[in-house]
Amino acid sequence: MTWIVRRGRALVVAVPTLWLALFFLIPFLVVLRVSFSEPAIARPPYTSLFDWDQGLLTITLNLGNYAYLLEDDLYVSAYLNSIWMASASTVICLLIAYPMALWIARSPMKNLLLMLVILPFWTSFLLRMYALIGLMSPTGFINSALGLVGLGPITMLQTDFAVYMGMVTGYLPLMILPLYSTLEKLDGALLEASHDLGARPWRAFLDVTLPLSMPGVIAGSLLVFIPSVGEYVIPALLGGPDQLMIGKTLWTEFFNNRDWPLASAVAIAMLAFLVVPIMFARNALGVKE
Amino acid sequence: MSDARMSGRGLSRFALPMAAAFGFAVLYVPLAIMVIYSFNASKLASVWGGWSVQWYGELLRNDQILQAAWVSLKVAAMSATLGTIFGCLIGYAMSRFGRFRPRLLLSGMATAPIVMPDVVTGLSLLLLFISMEALLGWPAERGVDTIVIAHATFCMAFVAVIVQARLTDVDTSVEEAAMDLGARQPRVFFDVTLPMMAPALVAGWLLSFTLSLDDLVIASFVSGPGASTLPMVVFSKVRLGVTPEINALATLLIVLVSIFVALAAWRMRKAGKA
Amino acid sequence: MTAPASPPTRAPKSDRAFIRIADVVKTFDGFRAVDNISLDVAEGEIFCLLGGSGSGKSTLLRMLAGFETPDSGRIEIDGQDMTSVPPWDRPVNMMFQSYALFPHMSVARNVAYGLKQDRLPKSEIEAQVKRMLELVKLDTLAHRKPHQLSGGQRQRVALARALAKKPKALLLDEPLSALDKKLREETQFELMDIQDTLGTTFIVVTHDQEEAMTLGTRIGVMDQGRLVQVDAPRDLYEYPKNRFIADFVGSVNIFEGQVTEDESDHLRVGSQALGGEIYIDHGMSCQLGQTVWVAVRPEKMRLRREAPEGPVGGAAQGVVEDIAYMGGLSHYRVVLPSGQRVRATLANRDRHDADAPTWEETVWISWPPAAGVALLS
Repeated sequence: MTWIVRRGRALVVAVPTLWLALFFLIPFLVVLRVSFSEPAIARPPYTSLFDWDQGLLTITLNLGNYAYLLEDDLYVSAYLNSIWMASASTVICLLIAYPMALWIARSPMKNLLLMLVILPFWTSFLLRMYALIGLMSPTGFINSALGLVGLGPITMLQTDFAVYMGMVTGYLPLMILPLYSTLEKLDGALLEASHDLGARPWRAFLDVTLPLSMPGVIAGSLLVFIPSVGEYVIPALLGGPDQLMIGKTLWTEFFNNRDWPLASAVAIAMLAFLVVPIMFARNALGVKE
Repeated sequence: MSDARMSGRGLSRFALPMAAAFGFAVLYVPLAIMVIYSFNASKLASVWGGWSVQWYGELLRNDQILQAAWVSLKVAAMSATLGTIFGCLIGYAMSRFGRFRPRLLLSGMATAPIVMPDVVTGLSLLLLFISMEALLGWPAERGVDTIVIAHATFCMAFVAVIVQARLTDVDTSVEEAAMDLGARQPRVFFDVTLPMMAPALVAGWLLSFTLSLDDLVIASFVSGPGASTLPMVVFSKVRLGVTPEINALATLLIVLVSIFVALAAWRMRKAGKA
Repeated sequence: MTAPASPPTRAPKSDRAFIRIADVVKTFDGFRAVDNISLDVAEGEIFCLLGGSGSGKSTLLRMLAGFETPDSGRIEIDGQDMTSVPPWDRPVNMMFQSYALFPHMSVARNVAYGLKQDRLPKSEIEAQVKRMLELVKLDTLAHRKPHQLSGGQRQRVALARALAKKPKALLLDEPLSALDKKLREETQFELMDIQDTLGTTFIVVTHDQEEAMTLGTRIGVMDQGRLVQVDAPRDLYEYPKNRFIADFVGSVNIFEGQVTEDESDHLRVGSQALGGEIYIDHGMSCQLGQTVWVAVRPEKMRLRREAPEGPVGGAAQGVVEDIAYMGGLSHYRVVLPSGQRVRATLANRDRHDADAPTWEETVWISWPPAAGVALLS
C-alpha cells in the first residue's frame, strides 16, 4: 500500500478514536475522580482530590460514597428493583411481540404492518409516556369510561403497573423488529418438512420456528432490557415517589440533592454491575444488531 | 401463504391475529386518545367540552415551546450529521481495514454508548465539560454545543453499527474492481464505497435525528441555562400536570411522522417497481 | 524422469515470455497458499489455471492483478517488474467471479469507469465504450443498471469493462461459473472469439476441467499451492505427469505394478491388481522391480465376451458389476478377481444393441499397447 493510502487510513481511524476517547472514555475517569471526593458548597459542588501544599502533592481518596451505597439499602434495592422490573418488562414485551412478529411475517401486507410498528417509535418517546398519563390518570380516559358505567376510579398512575405499561408501550417495537427479521427469513420449507414428517402445528413451532428464532429473541430482549434497566423518564413520570429504580436514584442525587460525588459513585456502580455484565453477555451471545 | 393456512386452524387463524391486535392496541390506543383530546375544548381531560382547535392556537402562540422546538431541530440536525460522518468512518474502518492497531479500543468505544444508561452518559459528559472548563476555559457556557457533542457521540455508535452491517453485506470485489480499473484509494471510497453505503447513511442519519430529538436525560445533564430542548420543556410542563397544548404538539408530530413514513414507503415502492 | 515424447500441439503465438512469474511464494497466517511457483505465459495465449478450491489458483491471479503482494519472488508483465506495483497502476484488468459491477452506475458508466481514471478525453471514452458494448452485443442496453440485466448480460458487461482499457492481459476469475450449463457453453465460444479478435492474453482461473480444456491453449494444474503440471490440453490428458493429474483431469483406471522389463522403446509391468502383465509402448528411465502405476482412460478400454486377439497393452477377465446408460455412451464397471474395479466407456452405436454385455456377465477387458501410460508417482 502506498504512502497516501496509509496516511488516509490512519486519519480515518484516528479522528473517531480520538473523539470517542475524549468524549466517552475520559469522562468516566472524571466520574471516577469525582466519586472519590466529598460534596462541598462550591462551584462545582465537590472537593478536589489533589492538593498542592508547599510543593507536596496530597491525594485524598474518599471511599465514603461507596460505603454509603452499601450502608443505606436504598441503593441496593433500587439496583435489584431495576433489574427485576427490566426483566419482567422484557418478558412481557417478548410475550406480546412474538405472536405479533409471527403474524406480521406471515401476513401478505407485512410491509404495511411493519411500518405501523415502526411509526410510534419515530414519534416522541416522551409524548407517548405523556399519553399514558392521559390514559391512566384518576381523571383520565379509562377512569372516565369506568365512571360512565358506575365503576372505579382505579388508581393506576404511580404504581408498578403504570411503569410496566410505560416500558411495554415504549419498548415493544424494539422487540418486534429483530423478531420479525429472523422469522421473516425463516425458510417456509422447513416448516413444511416438519409437517411432512408428522409434526402438528404446535410441535412444529416448538421444534423448528422457536429454536431458529432464538437470535431474534436474544437481540430483542437485549434491546428492551438495556434501556429499561437504566430508565429515568418512565419511573419519573408514571411511577410513584417511592418507586426505586437506579436511574431515577442517580438523577435525584444529582439534581435534587446536589450530591455530585454520590451520584458519581452510583454511576460507577452502574457501570460495574450493569454495563460491564451486559457487554459480556452481548459478546457471549454473539449479538449483532 | 400456504404454511400459514396449514399450521393454521387454531394458532394462525385465531390466536395470532388476536395477539397482534392487542399489540397494536398497546401501541396505538394512547396515541389515538392523545389525538382526540387535542381537539377537546375543555381543559379537563375528564370532561368532553366539544370539538375545538384552540390548543393548536395556544401551541403556536407559546414562544417557549416554539423556541425549544427550534433548538431541538438544530441540535438534532447537527448531531445527526456529525454522528453520521464519524459513524461512517468507524463502520468503514471496522469492515474494510482488517486488523489495525486500535481496532479493539475503537470497536469497544463505538459499541459501548449503545448499552450505556442515559443517566450515566449524561453525568459523565457534564463532569467532563465542567473539568474542561476549569482546565481550558472551554466550554465557557453549556448549551447547544455541548448537547450536540453529547448526542453526536452516541449517534455515531448507532450509525457505525448500521454502516458496518451494510458493508459486510457488500462484496469487497466491487471496490477491488475499481482499483483494478485504475482508481486510487480516496477515489475508490468516493466513487464506489460511499454510494454503496448511501442507504445505510440515510437510515443512520434518520435514526440519529430521532434519537437526538427524543433525548431528555442526556440533554438535561449537559445543557446550560440558555438552551432548553423540546423534551426538556415538555417534561417540565408534563410534570406540573396535564397541559392540552402538549396533546396538540403530539398530534402534529404524529401527523408529520406519518406523512414522512408514507412518503418513504411510496418511494420505496416506486423504486421496487422500476 | 524423462517426459514421454510429446505429439504436436497448438503452437503459442509468440515464444516470448510475456508474463513471467518467478519463484513466487505467498503465505496467509503460516499457510502456504502459493508455494514457490514459476511460470511463463506467452503473448496471445489463453492460459488456464486449473485446480480445486484452496489450491492457490485465485491467490496467484490476485497477485497478478496486484491485490496481494508476494512474500518473495517476482512478477513481470511485458518485461516490466510488477511485483510491488499497486492494482491501479498495472496494465492488466480483471473480470471478477461475482462480476463486481458497480450497482449504482449504468452499463455505459461501468464500462467507462476505467477509461475515466486515465483522464481520456470524453469523446474518446464514448467511442471506446460504444466499441466495447458492440463487441459484447450490449449496445442497446447501455443505460440499464446492473440489477436490470440477466446473468449472461452482466457477465458481458464485466468483460467489456475489463477489456475497455485495452489491458496487456485479461485476468478471468471463474468467468463462467455463475452461468447455467447451456449458456456457459455458448459463452465459452464467444469468449474465444473475442480473444481471437483482440489478441489479448487471457489468464483464466477455473475449477472446471472441461472449461479449461475448451478455452485453454495451455493449462496449469495447481494443487496445494504448487503447479503440478503445465501442458497443452491434449498432453495433459494423454500424458499426465502423475496419478493426481490423471485422476483430476478426466476419469482414469490405475493399475499398480512392478517393472519387469525396461527397454528404450517399451516397458513391461507385472500387475497383481490386473492379474497379468501390462505392455506399454514407451520407454522410461526406471529400475527393474520399481513400483509404477499404469493409467488407462475408460474410453480406451475394450469390453468383449471373447479373449482379445493380437497385441494388447493389458487384458483381464472380470464380471460386469454395474452399467450406467448415458445416452451417447454407456459406462461399465467391471470387477476383476483381485477386487479392483475397472471403468470402461462404450459408445452406443445402435439404438438397441441386444448383444451388449449385461449385468453379472463375465467379460474380457483389454486395451491397445498405445493406450496406457506409466506413472512414477
